Amino acid sequence: MTLLPRLLSGVADGDVADLRSHLEVDGPLPDLRRRPPAQLIDEIERSGLRGRGGASFPVAKKLQAVSARRRAKVVVGNGTEGEPASGKDRLLLATRPHLVLDGAAVAARAVGAGEAIIAFSAGDDAVAAGLAEAVEERRAARLSDGVRFELFAVDDGFVAGNESALVNAINGGEAKPTFGPRPFQSGVRRRPTLVQNVETLAHLGLIARHGAEWFRETGTNLDPGSTLVTLSGAVTIPGVYEIEHGALLTDLLDHAGLTDDLTAVLIGGYFGSWLPANLIGRVRLSPRALSEHGASLGAGVIVALGGSACPVAETSRIADYFAAESAGQCGPCVNGLGAIAETMAQVARGTAATTAKSDLARWSSSLAGRGACQFPDGATRFVASALRVFARDFDDHRRHGPCERCSAQAVLPTPMAMAMAY
Amino acid sequence: MLKVRVNPIQCVAHGLCAELLPERITLDEWGYPILDGSALPAELVKNARRAANACPTLALILEPDR
Repeated sequence: MTLLPRLLSGVADGDVADLRSHLEVDGPLPDLRRRPPAQLIDEIERSGLRGRGGASFPVAKKLQAVSARRRAKVVVGNGTEGEPASGKDRLLLATRPHLVLDGAAVAARAVGAGEAIIAFSAGDDAVAAGLAEAVEERRAARLSDGVRFELFAVDDGFVAGNESALVNAINGGEAKPTFGPRPFQSGVRRRPTLVQNVETLAHLGLIARHGAEWFRETGTNLDPGSTLVTLSGAVTIPGVYEIEHGALLTDLLDHAGLTDDLTAVLIGGYFGSWLPANLIGRVRLSPRALSEHGASLGAGVIVALGGSACPVAETSRIADYFAAESAGQCGPCVNGLGAIAETMAQVARGTAATTAKSDLARWSSSLAGRGACQFPDGATRFVASALRVFARDFDDHRRHGPCERCSAQAVLPTPMAMAMAY
Repeated sequence: MLKVRVNPIQCVAHGLCAELLPERITLDEWGYPILDGSALPAELVKNARRAANACPTLALILEPDR
């Protein structure tokens, strides 16, 4: 019996699964009207499903928190995917919209919501059209989802996918994080709002069909189930892979084929950390296993850095990106990330002061927890990790300036929107 | 028990809080507060309230220490 693929079942080469093929592959969603909400939440709790948006928060706990509030609830499916090197949410929305909508209906039933808003990136016409068509197919087929679907396009930006930023945008404001009540307390139109990543919703769509025990048949005891990762960098076949939690990183890299000597692997994307090549041997891809290496899977972004790239040039470019993507609302973030970017650029050019290393270390450890969102926390985690793992490269650049690899093609993507802002 | 907390969006680095409650608040190199968010002993509560009232943007908050 093959346990995978689950989410990516029936969608070879990016085919779009229309309603008919969706039902052929996964069968119908059980009639949710016959599932008491408490029973659904219990099933989800037993499955051990955690959020796939990066924070890995237990889903049942979130459902309970929203469900316990008094006013009419709202579900938001977060498919904005602001992280540049991530493509899993886009892929799910484009090829498996019905599985995401199924999951949104399950979540709505669990918390008692009458509406589910699917949010996606405004630049993505294919996703917009596909979602609209999927909603229309369900309406025409008279599927009793028990929930009204709405679609919401959000302008691109790294922080736009933050829960409170997304809710703020839906409420007509800017896609910037807010301080104060959290979405589960007061969100869309001040109603208790459940925000879940669209991959999380997709898992809910399958758990509702096959149950908690089935979900736990793959993965590990502490981190059950499958998960989507986006692999890029020095690999032959970059893209979105569905893996079981606990899969060996080296197996994934072998499968994708390395195109270069490996220097290091970025785990967890731009809020993640670097693992030097000599340490990846027994690393398993699950939140629990990675935490033992001081790392985190985050939203599943994995980038292989090959020997032909310059880690200092890459880090400097991402530091610039962070500074530009700050929402600009909180002093420590704006100033701190600006200083880091400035100094990092000087290090790369060889014009930095001798205090650069200690300055960077000081800033990297003094911003966490001092913004309205986790952006400065994640950014400084990434920078601190790079400074540690690539310490010798940083010293070389500070002393001698650019190396021959500095002008190599960029490995870590930084979207064009940033260039347009200048 | 109470503790101090800052709304980092409201805060624009006036710095009055650090003057009035130096036991719990220092300023970073850009003038923004670094808070010690541990529970306030009884003798600091009055000054903490004064600091919160003095903040021109009402960014400093006193809240229960859960």
